[in-house]
Amino acid sequence: MTPPSISQAPQMTMAAPTTRRDAARRAWRSLTRAVWPLVAIAILLVITFAAIAGPSIVPKDPNRQNIINRLQPPMVADREGVVQHYLGTDALGRDVYSRLIYGARVSLLVGFTAVFIGGALGVVLGMTGGYLGGRVDALIMRLADIQLAFPFILLAIMFLVVLGSGVLNLVLILGIGQWVTYARIARAQTMSQREKEYVEAALALGASGASVLFKTILPNILAPLIVIASFNVASVILAEAALSFLGLGVPPTVPTWGGMLAESRDQLLAGRWWLAVYPGVAIMLTVLSFNILGDWLRDFLDPRLRGAD
Amino acid sequence: MWQYVISRVVQAGIVIVAVTLITFLTLHMGGDPTYLYVSDRASDEEIQLVRERLGFDRPLHVQYLSFLGGLVQGDTGRSLTYRTPAMNVVIERLPATIELTVMAMLIAVVFAIPLGVIAALNRGTAVDGGIMAMAMFGQSIPSFWLGIMLILFVGLGLSWLPISGHVPVLEPLLKGDFERAWTNLPNALRYLIMPAFTISLFSMSRNARLVRSSMLEVLSQDYVRTARSKGLREWNVVMRHALRNAWMPVVTMLGLEFGFLLSGVVVVETVFSWPGVGRLVFNAINQRDVPLVQSAVVMFAGVFVLLNLIVDLLYARLDPRVRLS
Repeated sequence: MTPPSISQAPQMTMAAPTTRRDAARRAWRSLTRAVWPLVAIAILLVITFAAIAGPSIVPKDPNRQNIINRLQPPMVADREGVVQHYLGTDALGRDVYSRLIYGARVSLLVGFTAVFIGGALGVVLGMTGGYLGGRVDALIMRLADIQLAFPFILLAIMFLVVLGSGVLNLVLILGIGQWVTYARIARAQTMSQREKEYVEAALALGASGASVLFKTILPNILAPLIVIASFNVASVILAEAALSFLGLGVPPTVPTWGGMLAESRDQLLAGRWWLAVYPGVAIMLTVLSFNILGDWLRDFLDPRLRGAD
Repeated sequence: MWQYVISRVVQAGIVIVAVTLITFLTLHMGGDPTYLYVSDRASDEEIQLVRERLGFDRPLHVQYLSFLGGLVQGDTGRSLTYRTPAMNVVIERLPATIELTVMAMLIAVVFAIPLGVIAALNRGTAVDGGIMAMAMFGQSIPSFWLGIMLILFVGLGLSWLPISGHVPVLEPLLKGDFERAWTNLPNALRYLIMPAFTISLFSMSRNARLVRSSMLEVLSQDYVRTARSKGLREWNVVMRHALRNAWMPVVTMLGLEFGFLLSGVVVVETVFSWPGVGRLVFNAINQRDVPLVQSAVVMFAGVFVLLNLIVDLLYARLDPRVRLS
């Protein structure tokens, strides 16, 4: 997550293990690790499919209310012996399974878009600061400090309460909430790349500042940024769910996992577990998959970052 | 050293002013908050009267400057909903939130360090794999869902712990009523365990991973090899030579952790109906109770900045190589 705000930890380099036993262990570890990233990718593909194909694969309209069939437990067969609602129904008789599938849309949409916005903003600001240095840099870093001192959840709640909830506002505020992480990494990386010979060569060949920044330096600092982004999608999805849970996400007509959990609270005392269990499992699996993917990406793309989250 | 502390305190002041400005502007972005305090049928005169009473008729910059002027004297205005000084309302709720966050932090650290060390010492084995898998799960479970699950299974299913409510310990303690604090303690802990664990799981998992990787790094250093070849017992090597240095990233993390615990607090206090600042500020934002929100934000930002300063000073103490500048 966010690196230390004021003093930086001294960088320590990892001594390369040289013994044969260590090498074997590492090989074994990377082997076992390789299984889980595959599982994570498979899960994410299923969820992405659910998000994209949602309307054509859901068995029921996720917003259709049916008061007679309300609060039906999962896998209950009707009089003809047919199971109508695999995962039961909620307090308004809506099909939980269909709402769960629709919920994938908001989570993934918000997760990816917010990370893209935050990433783009952070990379541009961080690289500019790192490249130019001086006052511009100081200003950008001061902004970052202010944002870090501000409990993000409060900013998000205020923003959404005042401007109203909705996907656009949600994506904007979650995106703005992420820029500092990217800016810090992009800045540090740019500063170290700035002095390298290939940058000097590009400058000597007459490339402009912007071109050097985004065409020459950016491709060389992309690896750690991609790693951070994959973890970031996970934390943005968690934040979206938390805001939806507080009733600040998207309008109630749009099914979201966080919103479903919020509605499940009223049914807890009556023991209607299915309303709370399934959306939570969906969030957890999605976030877990992004985290596993991030872990693997980090080891694969940039072993120096190991343990730096 | 003192020069450093003073310059940091000045910086902190600037940050807090900026934070209040952002809060102020955001809360006014949605238009005149007066309408939240009048009925739908109120006449224009009545609305104007309420507007004047609440001070919303003044230009924005005047409103903000008068707030800042008050802030310097420790006065953040009267809460619009409670009709008492806003800071007092926040301070009244603070002990409950402190109990929750301190307990959560305690759980996180007490479990994370041994788990991380054990994982590092058993690198590559099933023990390591198990602990790391648990940590991965812990980082992926939404805290409010964990809270709901605990209520459902531990609270309602097994009836082991109460599902909501709060018994004060810190508040009587601060008032000097040690006897009440002492008799309340066992019961208070029963109410505290589930919400505190819910908040702490994420930090615990992250810190366990952090301790592990930092421990692995330290264990491969020459001085650890030297300590081992001197014939020191493994326990001494781990505790006195390795762990001491593996601490560093965790200490850094703890300062920042507060921000995380805080976002947990708002949500988890709602889940467990905990009477703390998190729920208070959430309700205050919904009511656009500007002075109350401002007070809570100042409080949170202040604590956050202060903790970070302490962490940095601690850091320099733990690692003489770090120079304060």
